[in-house]
Amino acid sequence: MAESPPVRALPRLLIWLNARLPLTETVEYHATRYYAPKNFNFWYYFGILATVVLGIQLLTGIWLTMSYVPSGDGAFASVEYIMRDVEYGDIIRYVHSTGASAFFVVVYLHMFRGLAYGSYRAPRELLWLIGMGIYLVLMAEGFFGYLLPWGNMSFWGAQVIVSLVGAIPFVGPDLMEWVRGDYLMSEITLNRFFALHVVALPLALVGLVFLHIVALHHVGSNNPDGIEIKTNKDNNGIPKDGIPFHPYYTVHDFQATVAFLFVFCAVVFFAPEMFGYFLEKPNFERADPLKTPELIAPVWYFTPFYSMLRASTFPLFGLTAKFWGLVVMGAAILIPMMLPWLDRSPVKSMRYKGWISKVMLALFVLSFFVLGYLGTIHATPLTTAIAQIGTIIYFAYFLLMPWYTRVEKTKPPPERVT
Amino acid sequence: MNAPKPHKVPRVRSVPACAAGGMPTPAQDYTHRPWSNRRRSRRSLWRLFHARAWALRLALVGCLALGLPAVAAESTFELEPMTPNLADKPSLQRGMALFMNYCIGCHSLKFQRYERTADDLAIPHKVALTNLVFTEQQIGGLMETAMAPESAKNWFGAAPPDLTMVDRVRGTAWVYNMLKTFYVDEQRPFGVNNRVYPNIGMPHVLMDLQGTPIEDCRGYKPVDILDGEDAVVALSTGTVDREKNCNFIEVEPGTGLMTEEEFDQAAYDIANFLHYVGDPGRAERHRLGYWVLGFLALLFVFATMLNREYWKDVH
Repeated sequence: MAESPPVRALPRLLIWLNARLPLTETVEYHATRYYAPKNFNFWYYFGILATVVLGIQLLTGIWLTMSYVPSGDGAFASVEYIMRDVEYGDIIRYVHSTGASAFFVVVYLHMFRGLAYGSYRAPRELLWLIGMGIYLVLMAEGFFGYLLPWGNMSFWGAQVIVSLVGAIPFVGPDLMEWVRGDYLMSEITLNRFFALHVVALPLALVGLVFLHIVALHHVGSNNPDGIEIKTNKDNNGIPKDGIPFHPYYTVHDFQATVAFLFVFCAVVFFAPEMFGYFLEKPNFERADPLKTPELIAPVWYFTPFYSMLRASTFPLFGLTAKFWGLVVMGAAILIPMMLPWLDRSPVKSMRYKGWISKVMLALFVLSFFVLGYLGTIHATPLTTAIAQIGTIIYFAYFLLMPWYTRVEKTKPPPERVT
Repeated sequence: MNAPKPHKVPRVRSVPACAAGGMPTPAQDYTHRPWSNRRRSRRSLWRLFHARAWALRLALVGCLALGLPAVAAESTFELEPMTPNLADKPSLQRGMALFMNYCIGCHSLKFQRYERTADDLAIPHKVALTNLVFTEQQIGGLMETAMAPESAKNWFGAAPPDLTMVDRVRGTAWVYNMLKTFYVDEQRPFGVNNRVYPNIGMPHVLMDLQGTPIEDCRGYKPVDILDGEDAVVALSTGTVDREKNCNFIEVEPGTGLMTEEEFDQAAYDIANFLHYVGDPGRAERHRLGYWVLGFLALLFVFATMLNREYWKDVH
């Protein structure tokens, strides 16, 4: 491609660079000659939005780290120092705290898109698994990051989750001590969580996102019809239903990003606590091992799984209910990884699947919301019963999938995208 | 016929121990870690469930059905609503003056600085230093209390909590109502109790402003333990003990420097000031927020036009 016309027109610096780095080649491969299906809808915005939020979190995170003090005495006060004495520190901090919630909002919607249009199906199994890896790292980021303000809910929330490790038979108590680095939640725990939150996990996250995008551009994007645009190419080898990512989807995503930022900034500037859902009230009190908050509830993005943990109320096979809660919670988080092999439908997209799949997906989403809500309130016998039903529905969506995707009547997908 | 019913004053209301705040109640058992705590709270809720019978159960179901964010109510006291107003600089200034005169002797605002406060409240530094800073601190200093924590512990049993974020933890209306609902109670160590914060461990510092608030009983509540002829007999012979209706706080006339309206305003000003201190950047964020959203709205128009221009080629 050395003598092709566009290269000759390039400025000398670019020619020099291209001889040493695949610059133009990479831009073409990933943007100007990356052909994406032309029928993307609303649900296809959330991938780019997740990338935008990742950028926001990295940037604000760097600035927060400049003033944050990771110590038992300093952490809480340093957050208030950022809120009061650092120029625009309150905005930086709220952008970061709102960003954490926004990250999960867009990632959950991104994952729902995958469920609805079968984006996890071959040849995108690995893409899905890398995405699940990102989700796990994100959860860890959220969990470790929540301890850092060293508020009372930070402390007790982390305490509850870390204590789950102690429920593992035989090694539990020792393992728990190893995780905390101390006999109870302390400055040592805070420091290791800080290290993980600001160095280890962001590195893993950026690496996985890079792999996610590389894998995506290798197999090509799925689309709402769930058909492969690469099977229909013109004489130049360009998919007939594909359009170059740049400029078409860059302008498209730019518009979506501005709309997203509007909502995001509305929260940051006018309701950063989001009525106690993004920033919980007890977290404005310093961590106090002697003062348990009246209600220990994780932040909203963990509550569906927290509900499932609490819904496990009876011991089994000589193991405690708490241990089984841990197992249920872990399984609930990991089971979407099995999706590529659970879905036996001849079609990918929900548009052409049968009614059982549609009902199951609707029930799954409903159970996720109900479980999420129940995780924010006190458990009563009634809510526990509802959470148990919700947990069963959650798992039924996955475990019954091999059956219902095979028996239901599907519609034939179109030849070309609609 | 009946033994006289023990006199029941609805003084101590059932407030969850933790919600009552400040100091941990000695009755609480902290030897176990949160897992057992969760079970304990569930047990107590179970009790509540049975004691309050169906009304509560229905209300709970209703809340669930409507999906209301029923984040557990903190106190059974019905708070009088209070809307803070950060644009009301005179109120914030009065609130700060009251806080500096009556509160900071025990309660610090140790995350907030005098300078920032004075600037935000449009108080000249000199005026602030001479009239509002009673320690030897400089204008850039944190608003700390002069009371040593050790002495405080000796005098009160626990150091008075820092109040920088009391507004964010408990809410503005809580602060406002708490300031207004002290009443004389000789059984308490400081001679007063509080409706919003039962068994509060502090004196009624604003008593010279408010006057002496006493619990007032307005007549009797009807007691329907007896009916028909029995009631007539019991009432005429005076053998029935009727429950007093004692939910009112009245100020003894002439005991305070302020009228009721003035004291309400003072409580409002302090609560308003603490609302400001809880998150001092709020007003500035709101001001900036409109510009940011305005800019984004405008940008969205251009982004939409740009998008449309490109996408008209795609069929």
